[in-house]
Amino acid sequence: MNSNDFLHLMPLLILTFGAIINMLVISVWRNHKIIYVITALSMLAAFGSLLEQRTLGPHHIDPLFIIDGFAVFYMGIILLTALLISMLSYAYFEQREEQKEEYYLLLILSTLGACVLVLSKHFASLFLGLEILSVALYALIAYLRKRERSDEGGIKYLILAAFSSAFLLFGMALVYASAGTMEFAAIATAIASAGGLSLLMLTGFGMMIVGVGFKLGVVPFHMWTPDVYEGAPAPVTAFIATVSKGGMLGLLIRFFMEVDGFRYPALVLIFTIIAVASMFVGNLLALMQRNVKRILAYSSIAHMGYLLVAFLAGNEMGVQAITFYLVAYFITTVGAFGIVAMLSDKVRDAELLSDYKGLLWRRPWTATIFTAMLLSLAGIPLTGGFVGKFYILAAGVNTGLWLLVVTLIINSVIGLYYYIKIIAVMFQQPDAATEATARLRPAIYVASMGTLTILALLLVGIGIYPTALLNLIATVLDSYSTVAFR
Amino acid sequence: MILLWLIVLLLAGGLLAWIAQRWHPSAPRWIALFTVLSSLLLTMLLWVNDGASPTDTAWLIRLEQPWIPQWGVGFSLALDGLSLLLLLLTFFLGLLAVLISWREIQHKVGFFHFNLLWVLAGISGVFLAMDLFLFYFFWEVMLIPMYFLIGIWGHEKKRYAAYKFFLFTQASGLLMLLAILGLYFIHGNQTGTYTFNYFELLNTTLAPVAARWLMFGFLAAFLVKLPVVPFHSWLPDAHSQAPTAGSVILAGLLLKTGAYGLLRFVLPLFPTATVEFAPWAMLLGVIGILYGAILAYSQTDLKRLVAYTSVSHMGFVILGVFAFNEWALQGVVMQMIAHGLSTGALFILAGFLYERLHTRDMNKMGGFWTTAPKMGVMALVFVMASLGLPGLGNFIAEFLTLVGAWQANNWLTVFATIGLVLATAYSLRIMQKVFLERNLKQQVLPDLTFREMLIAAPMVVLMLWLGLYPQPVLDLAQPAIKQQLQAYTPAVPAVTSPAPQTAFYPPATDSTYFQKMKGETYEFK
Repeated sequence: MNSNDFLHLMPLLILTFGAIINMLVISVWRNHKIIYVITALSMLAAFGSLLEQRTLGPHHIDPLFIIDGFAVFYMGIILLTALLISMLSYAYFEQREEQKEEYYLLLILSTLGACVLVLSKHFASLFLGLEILSVALYALIAYLRKRERSDEGGIKYLILAAFSSAFLLFGMALVYASAGTMEFAAIATAIASAGGLSLLMLTGFGMMIVGVGFKLGVVPFHMWTPDVYEGAPAPVTAFIATVSKGGMLGLLIRFFMEVDGFRYPALVLIFTIIAVASMFVGNLLALMQRNVKRILAYSSIAHMGYLLVAFLAGNEMGVQAITFYLVAYFITTVGAFGIVAMLSDKVRDAELLSDYKGLLWRRPWTATIFTAMLLSLAGIPLTGGFVGKFYILAAGVNTGLWLLVVTLIINSVIGLYYYIKIIAVMFQQPDAATEATARLRPAIYVASMGTLTILALLLVGIGIYPTALLNLIATVLDSYSTVAFR
Repeated sequence: MILLWLIVLLLAGGLLAWIAQRWHPSAPRWIALFTVLSSLLLTMLLWVNDGASPTDTAWLIRLEQPWIPQWGVGFSLALDGLSLLLLLLTFFLGLLAVLISWREIQHKVGFFHFNLLWVLAGISGVFLAMDLFLFYFFWEVMLIPMYFLIGIWGHEKKRYAAYKFFLFTQASGLLMLLAILGLYFIHGNQTGTYTFNYFELLNTTLAPVAARWLMFGFLAAFLVKLPVVPFHSWLPDAHSQAPTAGSVILAGLLLKTGAYGLLRFVLPLFPTATVEFAPWAMLLGVIGILYGAILAYSQTDLKRLVAYTSVSHMGFVILGVFAFNEWALQGVVMQMIAHGLSTGALFILAGFLYERLHTRDMNKMGGFWTTAPKMGVMALVFVMASLGLPGLGNFIAEFLTLVGAWQANNWLTVFATIGLVLATAYSLRIMQKVFLERNLKQQVLPDLTFREMLIAAPMVVLMLWLGLYPQPVLDLAQPAIKQQLQAYTPAVPAVTSPAPQTAFYPPATDSTYFQKMKGETYEFK
């Protein structure tokens, strides 16, 4: 490792140091505010060091990492999202009695894991990143340990994640046995020289898909999603829905592009089935829910299905579409769970539909932001979600994936139904009894409202004028990308 | 740029109205009133300045701004005679919608007017957009506020109606989005320039199969919105449950966006596929005319009755559009405007009655002619307009449509004409049930107030004007219609023979105008 390598790994190093400093400070003096500031600063610094790297160009740190435009962009959105989530977390935990400080330590660590995922080009770094992310998440999900649901969610996630990691490991071993290497690019050449997928290789890929699919929460590996979403504290749910899934998706794209998985009909078929099933199962099950967090959980399953449509387009447009959609989806999801977090009280999260009754008249601004987020999830114009969905549809139509595109259309309509259901509840007449009492301290209230307002403005901004973001994605992804788009 | 300002004005007015509620409870009403009024004046100014000056192209004003250049999306708006007429209708009915809500809407006034103005902005955008992406954008923008209008301020089954309205239109709209994308990529592969620009996409040559599928995508959106019979079931619910202003906008304007889409996009983009589909479309139109009329006759809910008359009247629109000749299309444009006024008027009437009686059930009404004579006279005019009495706008519209449709398909036109008889039946039933008969419950009905007269009188004047002197409207629409039919003139030469055209626009006075036209059709046989 030379100094150049260190420079390129700076975001990871900063995050690691942030975690260590947090730990040391906690041992000396427990103070929520100080810990929070350290966390936010380290995330900001890591993001700042990314800006520095824009000018450096692609860099390989053999054999584990690659830092190219794709990695930088995905790390950028992961870090920013994590920063926003930490801001929401501060408001959320400030009103709770638990020991809050370790939470931030875990948050930094899992962010680190997600960043490692999008940098990896080797099975070893992949697995390392995944485990850093997962292990931190086990604790995060069960962080409010006095709540029954929280424990249940944590244990469920622990067992299933360990299980899926085992699948992933086994799959990697099979691929290694067949290709003789753990580097993505070398695997591609090995497959090419073998003239196709051997049975062993296919089995290996299949088992890896189980592991990856679990993290993404796609059907049929989605069972954990609703319970964990419901049980975890609202900011952690936002984190799982965005950073954790986004990191895994980044890895999946890189791996598939390197290996050129789209050449193999078997793999394409598997992903097509997964995509169609995710869209239908996610949306149909969401129709039956009465719990906002569970609705959002099932909707996230469907959204992963939408993303897979663009993924299966398998070209440059598809990757750009995924990236755009992810940005919109991150903003939306963080915003939606931010609202949930803000409305929650000491005892429980605001997760029942009845908690939202008449919100538009009780807290007009909050309800407006939530409405914007939900409409974005539904893909209605003036929001980023619309442009993202449009882009995905365009990518699908361009490649002629008619089955997937039509499925997406049908599911958009189904999805609309339950998003509107929440909106409809918000504009019902409120009962006099549910009149909200001021729960948050003014300063914190202003801070979290500010965060949410920024998110809403961003969302509408990229919905009305997506040109800037499109340009950014195109230049960052294209200019020094090492992923060969085919 | 003035086109952009029209839309921005409405959007800004909406936001201002929402905020203004904090200052004064009735501030939103005044803001909305002034916003719509100034839009109306601005559009009339456009008519006076540009509409009169004859240009060689049908387009009066065009605006092209890059928006998302990466995808070939431009912010392109354009105004021709058709758009201008529909904009005038939009702002006129918008003005009435604000006035009619003055007393009816008493809670969340700011948010109501925000939604009202944003619906109007979306509708104006739809009538102006000349970029398919932008068109779809506005097409969706008008949905959400409409959903809120029905869902918050509607009657007893408002949530069900709002859901149904939203899901129907959204699903069909997404199919149109697919078709737009298909067209975009086919055009891009052919020419190498990927663009959503309407004028460029007009030059796409399509394989017959592709053209058929893409046409069905567009038709899905427009036929649901129009609505044509198998897809109409959202309409009675939405119309009857919406507040009066919402019903007026739904019936008067939202349905017209479907008709406008057929004229503006389906006809010029898919000339071959539409000709193939024309007999079926005309058949659907005739079914709609008869079915809507029969169902209208059997309703007891006044608003539901009026809603079904819309189904019937919109049957004439699709009948005329797929006749592919200038007469029929003139009739369609007239029908769009006349129906907007007459149905809007009937919904306003239903609103007046509801405000006084708190019911829409016609069995509970009766004998109001003596207690509320002013209202009775107004209602008589509205009802006569709806049944197509000569001298009122709807007559001209239906007559022209039938004359045009006759040249395309004799038998279907015969059946469509039966619809006029049925229209008489259901229209007179309104009069009979509400104003004649005996006032069983001895209800006292206050007559129209000054504000209500202010709403009703202009509608009567406009209907009379359309019926007695429709020439300005026909003149304004003619170049636009010719343009939409460009692709058909060589294909169907038998239909637009030069003789009726010259007779159609005689330099003589209007009184001879109808006689001549009748004579022409007579000779035609």
